[in-house]
Amino acid sequence: MEADPHHNPALGHHFETLEQQHDTNILGMWLFLSTEIMLFGVLFTAYILFRVLYPEIFIASSHFQNATIGAINTAVLIGSSLSMALAVRSAQLANRRALLIFLAITAILGSVFLGVKGYEYYEHWHEGVVPGFQWTNTELEPRAQLFFFLYFVMTGIHAVHLIIGIGLVLSLAFRSRKGSRYLGESFLPIELMGLYWHFVDVVWVYLFPLLYLIGRH
Amino acid sequence: MAVPSIALNTRRHYLNVNYGVKSWLLTTDHKRIAVLYLISITMMFVIGGIAAALMRYELLTPAPDLVESDDYNKLFTVHGIVMIFFFLVPSIPAVLGNFLIPIMIGARDLAFPRLNLLSWYLYAIAAAMTMWVMLSGGIDTGWTFYTPYSSAASPTLVIPTAVGIFIAGFSSILTGINFIATIHRMRAPGMTWMRMPLFLWSLYATSIIMVLATPVLGITVLLLAAERIFRVGIFDPALGGDPILFQHFFWFYSHPAVYIMILPGMGVVSEIVAAFTRKRIFGYRFVAFSSIAIAVFGFLVWGHHMFVSGQSAHAALMFSILSYIVAIPSAIKVFNWTATLYKGSISLATPMLYALGFIGLFTIGGLTGLFLAALAVDVHVHDTYFVVAHFHYIMVGGTSLAYLGGIHYWWPKMTGRMYNETWARFAAITIFVGFNLTFFPQFIVGYLGMPRRYHYYAPEFQVLNVLSTAGATVMLVGYALPFLYLIPSLWNGKSAGPNPWGAAGLEWEVASPPPPENFAETPIVTVGAYNYGPVEEKIG
Repeated sequence: MEADPHHNPALGHHFETLEQQHDTNILGMWLFLSTEIMLFGVLFTAYILFRVLYPEIFIASSHFQNATIGAINTAVLIGSSLSMALAVRSAQLANRRALLIFLAITAILGSVFLGVKGYEYYEHWHEGVVPGFQWTNTELEPRAQLFFFLYFVMTGIHAVHLIIGIGLVLSLAFRSRKGSRYLGESFLPIELMGLYWHFVDVVWVYLFPLLYLIGRH
Repeated sequence: MAVPSIALNTRRHYLNVNYGVKSWLLTTDHKRIAVLYLISITMMFVIGGIAAALMRYELLTPAPDLVESDDYNKLFTVHGIVMIFFFLVPSIPAVLGNFLIPIMIGARDLAFPRLNLLSWYLYAIAAAMTMWVMLSGGIDTGWTFYTPYSSAASPTLVIPTAVGIFIAGFSSILTGINFIATIHRMRAPGMTWMRMPLFLWSLYATSIIMVLATPVLGITVLLLAAERIFRVGIFDPALGGDPILFQHFFWFYSHPAVYIMILPGMGVVSEIVAAFTRKRIFGYRFVAFSSIAIAVFGFLVWGHHMFVSGQSAHAALMFSILSYIVAIPSAIKVFNWTATLYKGSISLATPMLYALGFIGLFTIGGLTGLFLAALAVDVHVHDTYFVVAHFHYIMVGGTSLAYLGGIHYWWPKMTGRMYNETWARFAAITIFVGFNLTFFPQFIVGYLGMPRRYHYYAPEFQVLNVLSTAGATVMLVGYALPFLYLIPSLWNGKSAGPNPWGAAGLEWEVASPPPPENFAETPIVTVGAYNYGPVEEKIG
C-alpha cells in the first residue's frame, strides 16, 4: 500500500482514518478465520460421522496416542498464545524490546510444539499405523485406518497452519527490529497476527481431546 | 494493453495513468484488476463454449460421429469445470463487482487492494492448471467428481484438477472477504445500508456464501486427491468409508454455488430495470433482504441433489421442503421487477433487453427447479436432460444474460465509449432466440427419458436433438457478435460522457472512464439509490 505523504505512513491511501483501517482489517481477519472454521469443520464432521459409526475402533486406535505428550504439547501451545497476547500488548505500549522478546518466545514455543509433533509422527511410523505408507500393525483392524487418516490429515493441516504462523511471526519480528514500526498506534499487523495465532491454538484445543482422550473416561 | 481511448482527451483516468505490462500486472487498482478478470474470464468462456459446441454437434445423430465415449466424457467434464469454476462463479463479482463496488459506495478502492490482485493471480494459476490438464489428457469424472469413480477408478488427471479447483476456491474466498469488509467499512458518509444499490446487497449475500461454502469444497477435493494418492481415505467403501459423504460435502458447496452464480445476476438486473424504467425498484427492502434470505436458505437445500443417492427419507423430505422455501425469495424478486415495470418509462436499450430476457428465462428455470424439488417427480427426471435444461435456464438464461446485460450497461463507464446499439440489440435477440431453441427441446427430451452424459441415444430423440443443436449454432453466432462490435468500439465508438443512460447512482457521477482514485473528494450521499424524479430530462 503506497502511503500518502500527508498522512501517517501506516495509513493506506484508500482509508480515511486509522480507526477505519483498523476496523476493516480486523473484520477481514475474522472473515478469513470463519473460512478456516468451515475448512476444519469438514474434517470435524467426518470425524463425528465415523466415530459414531465405529466407536470401538476409534477407542482402540486412540490408545496409540500418548496422552501425556499431547497434554504437554497443549500446554506449550497455550503458553505461546499467552506470549502472543503479551506481544500485542507490548506493541500497543510501544515497547519494542518487549515486543521482540514475546514474538521470539511465541515462535520458539510454536517450534517446540512442531518438534514434539514430529516425534509423535516418528513413533507412529514405528508402530506401523500410518495409513497409505506404513500400515503393518496387526492389533488393529483395517478400518482403523479411517481414524489414523483423519488424525494425520487434521494434525497435518493444523501443523501447516502453525508453520505459516511461525513464518509470519518471525517476519514481523524481523521488520520491527529497528525504528518504530508496529509500535503505538500502528500495532494493527501484530494484532492481526495474534488473532490468527489464537485461532490455530483453539483448533488444537479441540483436536487434543478428540484424538487423544477418547478411551480415557 | 493500452486502450486507444486516450485520444479521447488528455484527462487522467485509470487506463492512461501509466502504461506497460508491469503497470497492469502489478496494479492494485480495483478497476484494472476488473479488466484483467474480464480478459481472462472471456478466454475461459470461449474454451468452455468450444467444448459445448463440440458436444452439441456430436449429439446431432444418435451414434458417435465426432468423438468416442472417452472423449465425450472429457468434453462434458471440461465444459462443466470451466464454465462453473472459471466463468460463472467469478464472472459478475470479479469483473463488474470489482469495478463497481468502490465507486458505488464512494470509496477509493476495495478494502484490501493487494489481496484483490492476489485473487486474480490465484485465478490465473488455477485456470492455467486446468488448461494444462485439458491439453495433457483431460479428466472424465464430470464436474461433480463423484467417488469412488474419481478416487479409485478414473484413469484421468483427477489430482491436478482437484488442486486447480482448490486454488480457484481461494481466489473466490479472497474476493468474498474483500467485498464484505468493503461494504461494511468503506461506505461514504450518508451511504446507509438502505441507500445502497441492490447490486451491492446481492454481492454482499454472494460474498457470504463464497466465504463460508468455498472452503468446504476446497478441503473436500484435497481429501479426494489424498485418497487417490495414498489409496486410503474416508470416501473409500472398501475400508468402511462413505462415498455418500463426498456427495454431502460436495453439494454443501456446490448448491450454494448456484446462488453465487445467480445472486449477482439478480443484482445487475435490479440496476438495469431501475435505470431503464426510470423508477425506484418496487419494494426495495424486500428485494434487498430476499438476497440475504436466498444466501441463508441456500445453505440448507444441498440434499435435493441426492434424492436417489440413498440418503434417509426423512432427510430427503426436509431438503424438499427447504427447496420450496428458497423459491419464495426468488419469486419476490421476480414480482418486484415486474411491478417496477408497471407505469415505468421503459426504454428497450440493449441492457434492458438482456434484463427482460433474464426475468423470463430465470422464471422458467426457477419453476422447473420446483419440479426437481418434488421427491416423486425427481425420481422420474433425475439425471435426464430435464435437469440439464433446468440449470441451463438458470445459469445461461439467467447468469450469463445478466452478465452480458451488465457488460453492456457499464461498458461506457469502463471504456468511455459507446458501442453500436443496433448490432448490440441484434446480438441480444439472437442469443435469446438461440438459447430457447437450444434448451427448450431438452426439457421435452429429458421428460421423455433421455439421460444426460451419454452420446448414444434412442433414434426417436433425434429431432429434438437436431433442434437443440440448431439453437446452439444460433447462440454461437449471438455470442460471437459482441466481440465484433465491443472491441472496435474502443477505437471508433462515440464518446460516452459520464452518464449516457441518464441513470442514478454514484458510478454515473464520476467521469468515464473513472479517474484512478475514483473521487477527488469523498462524496457525501444524501439520497438513496434509484433517485429518479417524476420528470427526468438530464439524458446525455
